[in-house]
Amino acid sequence: MTAPAATLAPGRLLAGLAGLAFLAFALSLAVGPSGFGFGPPGEAGSLIFWEIRLPRALLGALVGATLGLAGAALQGYLRNPLAEPSLIGISGGAALGAVLAIHLGITQALALALPLGGLLGACIAMLAVVALAGLHGGPITLILAGLAVSATTTALISLALNLSRNPFASIEMVYWMMGSLADRSLTQAWLSGPLMLIGMGLLLLLGRALDALSLGEDAAVSLGIDARRTRLTLVAGTALSVGAATAVTGIIGFVGLLVPHALRALTGHRPGLLLPASLFGGAILVLLADVALRLVEPWADLRIGVLTALFGAPFFIWLVLKTRRELAP
Amino acid sequence: MKLEARGLRVHLQRREVLKGVDLAAAAGELTAVIGANGAGKTTLLRTLSGLLPFSAGEARLDQRPLRAWPRAELARCLAYLPQERTVHWGLSARAVVALGRLPHQTLGQGETAADRAAIEAAIAAMDIDALIARPVLELSGGERARVLLARALAQEPQVLVADEPVAGLDPAHQLALFHHLRVFAASGRSVLIALHDLALAARFCHKIVLLKAGAALTSGPPAEVLTREHLASAYAIRAEYRTIDGIATVLSRDGLP
Repeated sequence: MTAPAATLAPGRLLAGLAGLAFLAFALSLAVGPSGFGFGPPGEAGSLIFWEIRLPRALLGALVGATLGLAGAALQGYLRNPLAEPSLIGISGGAALGAVLAIHLGITQALALALPLGGLLGACIAMLAVVALAGLHGGPITLILAGLAVSATTTALISLALNLSRNPFASIEMVYWMMGSLADRSLTQAWLSGPLMLIGMGLLLLLGRALDALSLGEDAAVSLGIDARRTRLTLVAGTALSVGAATAVTGIIGFVGLLVPHALRALTGHRPGLLLPASLFGGAILVLLADVALRLVEPWADLRIGVLTALFGAPFFIWLVLKTRRELAP
Repeated sequence: MKLEARGLRVHLQRREVLKGVDLAAAAGELTAVIGANGAGKTTLLRTLSGLLPFSAGEARLDQRPLRAWPRAELARCLAYLPQERTVHWGLSARAVVALGRLPHQTLGQGETAADRAAIEAAIAAMDIDALIARPVLELSGGERARVLLARALAQEPQVLVADEPVAGLDPAHQLALFHHLRVFAASGRSVLIALHDLALAARFCHKIVLLKAGAALTSGPPAEVLTREHLASAYAIRAEYRTIDGIATVLSRDGLP
């Protein structure tokens, strides 16, 4: 257990994280195979900046912020440090929607079919989760509904892969699910950005409710928290932000698990303050991971989803060992 | 403010847990709900705090039906302290006490001078000055109980509803807590608690409601409620109300066969 002495003043902590996120964003704009700088001279340089680096940096910041924030919100609501955005089925729904768009060949006719299919899948998954879990009831029903929806989407994705006669389509599906920020257009950023921002806005409203929920559901309600509205805001905010993020970049795992965990002690374990902190922290992590992919030679062919999984899995193992030590007699 | 119930019936998963209970917790008084395990004490307290719906009867706070109170407004007038003392994150004790100010704050607003004053008064009242910097998960059960009660006091409620507030406290802190609840009530507020310790109920409470199987067996001042017959009927024990050295208490002899 970390002593509260490590706690910073909330304003200072958030300002520091925001500053780091801005630096990471600038670094992401400046770094690439064509050289360091914001606008290499000539038309090609400007094209590289506007068409390649800007969408990539924007999406990196937005997707990272979304995943960090949604992870913190879910951990706070479920009161479980092992929760992460994919737990409630939204990313599975987005993945299924995108895979179906490829499988049915719509992506060949319409360039935006992939993100739109992802969004549609995320929305359907959200409705399914709410219908299954209901608006009342504790965290357990929400986890169970999320697991049920995830299981369904996984089964249907396998079915689509299995039935796919076109090997190129299968490879496209598999690659898409690995999650990547590369080769996304500014149009895709404009399509998903506002939805991610609205979703994040909803999640940021949950601070008070999550703080109160540290004392349990009864105490939270007696402190004036509306349990139904909290649940609905959480699911809608996650669906909009994580749904839009997954629809454009595929599945980038572990960010939502790792970031809140790394920042929790710095916020004095306050779930409300952890929300904005994880928003900035997620953006920093994804932006820097993406920059590292571009700089470290042997990683150039790696997708960011694979990189976060490679680092996330050992972290998860460490978390298990740490929990085991804490629970040991 | 007066918190009252008339003919209150509550069903939990189709089982009738409260079968028409009357209760009045008046301003300036310390009212206790007592009864054997499973008699319905917690259900009664949760219902009167607006946490459970009831199927029949009336519940009023300050003459106004409980259902007509908006949640946020109710939270500024009534504080509820659950029996369960779980805290889910390693918050510092002070951060837990500060949660009591939530109903008085709006989104994004920091602690005001009034908030700080209320938090400090609650910390002083519960004698937890030495604990405030420590993570609440590292505290002992009794220490945590005091921190959580300080949270409810920091809410500055007109009505305090507390479920088993002294369970797990050492004798010195039990006495201190009851003295404090008396002072709190004497300032014109209502206190409603669920309690197992009959001696403390006899000594400190103005009024007692004795529940048996979801109905009020009797209610009134301690001397009238804690009679040999009532205690035999409600708890199946041989016990009686006594005054020793000017202190009211209940002398429990043994269980009835």
